[in-house]
Amino acid sequence: MLAFALRRILVAVSVALTVSVASFVLLHLSGDIATAIAGPEAIGEQIAAIRAQHGLDRPLIVQYAAWAWRALHLDFGRSFYFPEHVTDLVAARMPVTLTLGVIALAVALLVAIPLGVLAAFHRDTWLDRAALAVSVLGQAMPSFWFGLTLILIFSVNLRWLPVSGNATWKHFVLPAVALGYYAMPAVMRLTRNGMLEVLSSDYVRTARAKGLAPRKILVRHALRNAVIPVIALAAVQFGFMLGGSIVIEAVFSLQGLGQLAWESIARNDFPVVQAIVLVLAMIYIALTLAADLLNALLDPRLRT
Amino acid sequence: MPIRIDAGRVRVGTMRGMGALLAGLLLAGLAGPALAAKANDTLVYASDSEPENLSPYHNSVREGVILARNVWDTLIHRDPKTGEHQPQLATAWTWVDPVTLDLTIREGVTFHNGDPLTPEDVAFTFNYVLTPEAKIVTKGNVDWMKATEVTGPHSVRIHLKAPFPAALEYLSGPTPIFPAAYFKKVGLDGFSKAPVGTGPYRIVAVESGKGVRMVRNDKYWPGSPLGRPKIGKLEFRVIPDGDSRMAELMTGGVDWIWRVPTDQAEQLKNDPTLTVLSAETMRVGFLQFDVQGRAMENSPIKDARVRRAIFHAIDRKAMVDNLVRGGARVMNAACFIDQFGCTDAGVPAYAYDPAKARALLKEAGYPNGFEIDLAAYRERDYAEAVIGYLRAVGIRAKLNYLRYAAFRDALRGGKTSIGFQTWGSFSINDVSAFTGIYFRGGEEDLARDPAVIATLQAGDTGSDPAARKAKYAEALARIAGEAYVVPMFSYPSNYAFSRDLAFTAQADEVPRFYAASWK
Repeated sequence: MLAFALRRILVAVSVALTVSVASFVLLHLSGDIATAIAGPEAIGEQIAAIRAQHGLDRPLIVQYAAWAWRALHLDFGRSFYFPEHVTDLVAARMPVTLTLGVIALAVALLVAIPLGVLAAFHRDTWLDRAALAVSVLGQAMPSFWFGLTLILIFSVNLRWLPVSGNATWKHFVLPAVALGYYAMPAVMRLTRNGMLEVLSSDYVRTARAKGLAPRKILVRHALRNAVIPVIALAAVQFGFMLGGSIVIEAVFSLQGLGQLAWESIARNDFPVVQAIVLVLAMIYIALTLAADLLNALLDPRLRT
Repeated sequence: MPIRIDAGRVRVGTMRGMGALLAGLLLAGLAGPALAAKANDTLVYASDSEPENLSPYHNSVREGVILARNVWDTLIHRDPKTGEHQPQLATAWTWVDPVTLDLTIREGVTFHNGDPLTPEDVAFTFNYVLTPEAKIVTKGNVDWMKATEVTGPHSVRIHLKAPFPAALEYLSGPTPIFPAAYFKKVGLDGFSKAPVGTGPYRIVAVESGKGVRMVRNDKYWPGSPLGRPKIGKLEFRVIPDGDSRMAELMTGGVDWIWRVPTDQAEQLKNDPTLTVLSAETMRVGFLQFDVQGRAMENSPIKDARVRRAIFHAIDRKAMVDNLVRGGARVMNAACFIDQFGCTDAGVPAYAYDPAKARALLKEAGYPNGFEIDLAAYRERDYAEAVIGYLRAVGIRAKLNYLRYAAFRDALRGGKTSIGFQTWGSFSINDVSAFTGIYFRGGEEDLARDPAVIATLQAGDTGSDPAARKAKYAEALARIAGEAYVVPMFSYPSNYAFSRDLAFTAQADEVPRFYAASWK
């Protein structure tokens, strides 16, 4: 297990390094940074002064090392647009995106896993097909449209929930459902397939032959094994939710990282884009690593 | 059983069924802080973008202008109805000569932080914004000033670079007064996060990405021409998505929205809880060309015949009648027609004539048209209509839709060939607020035509109004003749707000919330 864990961690670290290089290069591909900092009216001398002041005249590799060192200390410099440090901006927006991601993932798992189990148990009945329909719909509907439909039904017509903002927990309900629904199909399909596989396996047959109650077989033997791949998938989906909530955040005016990233791209505010790419990538890498290790813990066969 | 429930109020809506009523009643107790509305004396207004910096000299978005007018005072007040200049922070002013203006500063005015207003504050503000280190983005509004000096315990003197008759217009708009001591202490960053002014509303919270909360300045100086604000709390919310803004208005989450597309405004008129108002504004849309051809090699846009062809290719009248509506007018000169000095007499008019456009393109050596990029930042449908018209004469334009700051940088930096610009003249009723920005050689001037620059300078600095008008007419005729820009039309604004709110719109596109009240 230790060797496996070390190997995984090594892979994660090298991926993180690659991402940091990519993220660093992103800023330098975006044009001359000194010109960007100096502003549109600066003349040559001012730009040269800024270039020297910010160390932009040094070799790229030296600049990368300096940047990576500061990034390790969570210092990403200042935003070109807002009069603020990038770290403060990202830290202020992060909780919204994390909260939304966690609730959305919970919604997705709480609906999709039982639905997947039901579908497997009632394979090829109307219930299985209904679950399939729900999942196909989730993948086919554009999320902004689904979000607006939710607003129309639950906010405008029924007046149950607020439209936009993040002041209370109620503000997170609709966006979490809209975002979570997106992740549901994959989780449901995977649960269903896992269940089908497990239910036809030898040890379940043995358990049945022993005369165990079907409920006990389902929960204690089948579900535990069927859900292993779902854990890995959930970690990946959570990563997607953090990065992919841009549309949902815009529709519901949630001022999270997605919204900040999208607006920063439009404003050429590259230090912010760079920091968000890096932070989200690191979270993603950490999640994948955690999922791998957890899977290995649950299923000894994976440790080789 | 018509009902509509949110925190603290019941409104009449349409019949929705017993279930909705019950659910509504059940949830009413749980309702979160739906803070808008008359019941808690809070006016919530929403718009799509936020100023990057709340200092009015450090942003050029309209949302910033709104905050500036509600939170800060200016030296002079311009009555939006009569156009008359009235005393505000300055009680009197006299022209010593055409380049020297003496002003008496009002006594007894205090900033929101308690500091008294002094002539030092005025001198500091104007001298600071003129320094290159201040990096202001509204240079065109202040660069007519040379320096400001304190001349007595209650007086200042502004030295101008050259005679500038429109000075009073500028002192009554985009030149708010900052508290010198506080600003020096906290710097621009600190000021942006906790701005302080003397105006009718005081900022209590700035939430990046979310908005700004204000409360009435209870110590607002009596006798201000703005009057005492009637509504206790004011809140600006950033809601990027137009449909969400509308849904918030319909559910009472916000009380006031604007720039509602005309189609949706028609629908909102059917909602009995809302008032919809359409009015023309000073904002003018225009296509700005990369006249010097920096954006692409051998740019066709450098050729005046191509620019004229684009002029002829677009049916601006049809766009106004079918797309823009709401009181918009076609503009022929590069300014808002009601501004002082703006005229289309003697300005060449380009009729919609696709055949002529094609002929001009052929003459310029583009019988098969060409490919080009067009950047836009506001109404996407207007830009798409223009692209459709261009395609009809063979010009294949590709739309690049950007946020304003990126859009502005792309144009200034010569990175796009055509920009669908709009300009609201900072609500200044003088043509120099338009031509001075786009044609007098500044950073927004992509033509940099020495003849136009000289004529405009003569107009801006002339002391005889008739002579000024003649100079502007000459410059506007040359601008149109060379087709440096294609003026499109004035913008209407559709406002939609709660029926409880008494609100009047002005053509200068500055919602005066300090003058609004609950019915």
